[in-house]
Amino acid sequence: MLGKLTIEALPLYSWIAMSGALFTVFAGLAVVGVITWFGWWRVLWSEWLTSLDHKKIGIMYLTLALVMLIRGFIDAMMMRSQQAIALNSEGYLPPGHFDQIFSSHGTIMIFFMAMPFMSGLFNVVVPLQIGSRDVAFPFMNSVSLWLTTAGAGLILISLVIGKFSTAGWTGYPPYSGIEYSPDVGVDYWIWALLISGVGTTMTGINFVTTILMRRAPGMTLFRMPLFTWTVLTASIMIIFAFPSLTIACGLLELDRLLGMHFFTNDMGGNMMNFVNLIWIWGHPEVYILVLPAFGVFSEVVATFSGKRLYGYKSLVIATLSIGVLSATVWLHHFFTMGSSANVNFFFGVATMIIGIPTGVKVYDWIFTMYRGRIRFTSPMLWTIGFIVTFVIGGVSGVMLAIPPADYLMHNSTFLVAHFHNMIIPGVLFGFFAGYVFWFPKALGFTLDERWGIRAFWCWLIGFYLAFMPLYILGFLGMPRRMDHYSIAEWQPHLIIAAVGAFVILLGIICMVVQLVVSARDWRNRRDLTGDPWDGYALEWATSSPPAPYNFAVIPEVRDREGLLDMKQRGVAYERPKKYQDILLPKNSGIGLTIGALAFALGFAMVWHIFWLAILCGTAIFLAIIVRTYDDDTDFRMPAKEVKKIEDQRYKMLEQGWKEEAAKAPAGATGATGSLQESPT
Amino acid sequence: MRTALVLGIVLLCAGCGLATSPIIDPKGPITLAERDLMYDAIRFMLIVIIPVFVLAFWFAWHYRASNKKAHYDPTWSYSGRLDLVIWTVPALIVIALGVLSWNNTHKLDPYRPLASSVPPLRVEAVAQDWKWLFIYPDQNIAVVNQLAFPSGTPLSLKITSDTVMNSFFIPTLGSQIFAMAGMQTRLHLLADEPGRFVGRNMQYSGAGFSDQEFEAVAMSQEDFDAWVAKVSQSDEKLDPESYRALAKPSQGHPVTYYSAVEPDLFDKIIAKYSRTQAPPSQAMAE
Repeated sequence: MLGKLTIEALPLYSWIAMSGALFTVFAGLAVVGVITWFGWWRVLWSEWLTSLDHKKIGIMYLTLALVMLIRGFIDAMMMRSQQAIALNSEGYLPPGHFDQIFSSHGTIMIFFMAMPFMSGLFNVVVPLQIGSRDVAFPFMNSVSLWLTTAGAGLILISLVIGKFSTAGWTGYPPYSGIEYSPDVGVDYWIWALLISGVGTTMTGINFVTTILMRRAPGMTLFRMPLFTWTVLTASIMIIFAFPSLTIACGLLELDRLLGMHFFTNDMGGNMMNFVNLIWIWGHPEVYILVLPAFGVFSEVVATFSGKRLYGYKSLVIATLSIGVLSATVWLHHFFTMGSSANVNFFFGVATMIIGIPTGVKVYDWIFTMYRGRIRFTSPMLWTIGFIVTFVIGGVSGVMLAIPPADYLMHNSTFLVAHFHNMIIPGVLFGFFAGYVFWFPKALGFTLDERWGIRAFWCWLIGFYLAFMPLYILGFLGMPRRMDHYSIAEWQPHLIIAAVGAFVILLGIICMVVQLVVSARDWRNRRDLTGDPWDGYALEWATSSPPAPYNFAVIPEVRDREGLLDMKQRGVAYERPKKYQDILLPKNSGIGLTIGALAFALGFAMVWHIFWLAILCGTAIFLAIIVRTYDDDTDFRMPAKEVKKIEDQRYKMLEQGWKEEAAKAPAGATGATGSLQESPT
Repeated sequence: MRTALVLGIVLLCAGCGLATSPIIDPKGPITLAERDLMYDAIRFMLIVIIPVFVLAFWFAWHYRASNKKAHYDPTWSYSGRLDLVIWTVPALIVIALGVLSWNNTHKLDPYRPLASSVPPLRVEAVAQDWKWLFIYPDQNIAVVNQLAFPSGTPLSLKITSDTVMNSFFIPTLGSQIFAMAGMQTRLHLLADEPGRFVGRNMQYSGAGFSDQEFEAVAMSQEDFDAWVAKVSQSDEKLDPESYRALAKPSQGHPVTYYSAVEPDLFDKIIAKYSRTQAPPSQAMAE
């Protein structure tokens, strides 16, 4: 009846695992309790969970990402503290627990922190930036969100029921095969990835279609803001790359479930096929994450330098060529496989070639600052911190791209330092910059800058403290993923790294405080004009937060800097003479239902509860059929109501302008003050 | 001042343990060449990196909003000449690195036998959970968790795994390579002088991974001959039965000597995984 699920699945094997489980359960219960106490269920259901509004879906993605960031970071702290003390001792984590932690850390940070963070920014920004009322497929968007959440749910529940994978975030067979990993951990990993992977693939399809089909009139491809360009490239890459991950995980599950032999040691299996497949996805994945962050940096650096982006076309070409090249380099993840010198050389040089467009981008951002008037807001600090730190990661990356150098550094902590050196400044700093930058757009009030700047410094200093020692440890011959060691020279570096992780923890605490403080004072922090930073792209032409329909009248774009051009022509805030009815997608609970069913399906497959899996699979199929036959998916917002919302908007706008004018002569150097000095 | 700076850097490096690091201060020509290759790569990349640091800080400081003296030109957004430089310089560096990479990837191909006046010592390495077995086919001996060889004599390794994927690495001698069941990889190493080095599995392989180390001992030819003689005295022999016992998972396995080895054991370990069908007897048992 319950498959492999018995009472022994509870994590009674170690008190640390047990307290992690209890913490997860209590946190879940606390959330439910708070919602019930305040009677928020109805609002939550009708305004959020069932919403097909891209802005709300985006905010839900971001919430998921921030929750998972904390979970993934707890893992990181545990690893760093374990390694700091585990010289000639077992430390406090047994090997069977330590390896679950490094596996879940990587899996969470890539799939359930960085990816939802990215999808969240896509959702909040892209339709606004291209002057559209929503994404092309609002319902599919909701399904994507809930499938991603279902995957995250499986990871979270693996802490409470059963164990997580011990095979690392890439799950190399044969270790991840049934022979060497007979428990359910790898199945949790596979099903979380399979389910969220479907969601991500649909996000890719959705945004390619949205960007190609839903741009405002006049917005040619070469008038798209750079963030939109990077989203387009990343979405195309998602469509090409994710099937490879799905195939790799699917075949591994067939090996495990049905005793097939795709990746086993014997019977004709070959583990290197899995390794190839997962990196054919895995390398583009790095750029799927990095490119949108590059897009954020481009927006931020231009906005806060008060200047047009330098080398727009160069940046577009660089973005596209990175997208193409990223599909040609996967073998550099396993130069040590023993392939011939010619093969290794090809993939090594292909990797270095990616350095060219990446280097060009770095210089384009630097020359955007040239002759600018730079405001050091926290998004700008994240950007400068990124530029300087990222090039160090670039150097170590090119070193690893030379096959014989990689023979020395593969699988060492040098590699760990390298990819964190790419992902933390390259992806996370970018997403943090985007989070602060677009927060007022999504929620209507700005974030506190003092705490934001503190968070930045903690993250930056913490990063250097945590990862520079790992570079050194690579030279000292330390492999990754060790739960204890016997070489005394390693320990001082590991202690510094642990201190670094602690400083990053302070950074995360600063971000939480920033959010709490800003939410507390939200009435004083309201963004009345909808354009708090003196931006140039279309998203700043709307109110903050935008009306459900984004634009009462779809703007006509005449320039790359759509809003800036409209401001200069004096038509930016022109009141339309007449409003029309607007068609908007109705809410639908089916997306959430499919997500919940997919979660149950994954859980059932992990524990071999096949009747439940079949039931859930059938129910998902039926839900899709039901939705397909629903012809009444939109509602019409009457022109009268649009006018009411817009009147309100113009009242706020005027109030905002008045406040700005009152502030400016007092010598304000903040964001709004500079509106007066802007080139308009 | 300058001496103080140099002294400071030296002390810092010594403090880091870098001065005695197996890779910065290698004991064989392979790691030495691979290390120098990394140094060369860094030198080339400094051409791009140093301007990034200088310009990023300089521009950010000079063009700060409060500096009213700085020239402000909000529409300046393109220069053909500048674009030419920022595309061509990285491209030229990649071409240079590409040439460097082509030469060295071939020169340092782990499969390539090392040029030497002395014939190489052949050793077959088998990764097991969680230890390393070294078979010396020409000496008809085998050793667990110790790899002894004469310095100055090339070491010609054949590597496989009798478990999950492992990765064979002696940092100070160079070139890591995977060990995969049913497959054979090759590696050629050379130690310049006698010494004791750490070798280990670099690829996570389960509970015993952290302790899966072996000792690599480079010794003089006489010492090596004596060592072979000592191993040949051992009472233990590696026959199919004792091999099966050895192959079972174990952690912190002590150094063990075998005075005789079943013929072609290494090839048999690989062949075990080459079958594409379960043998009939086993199929019936299942």
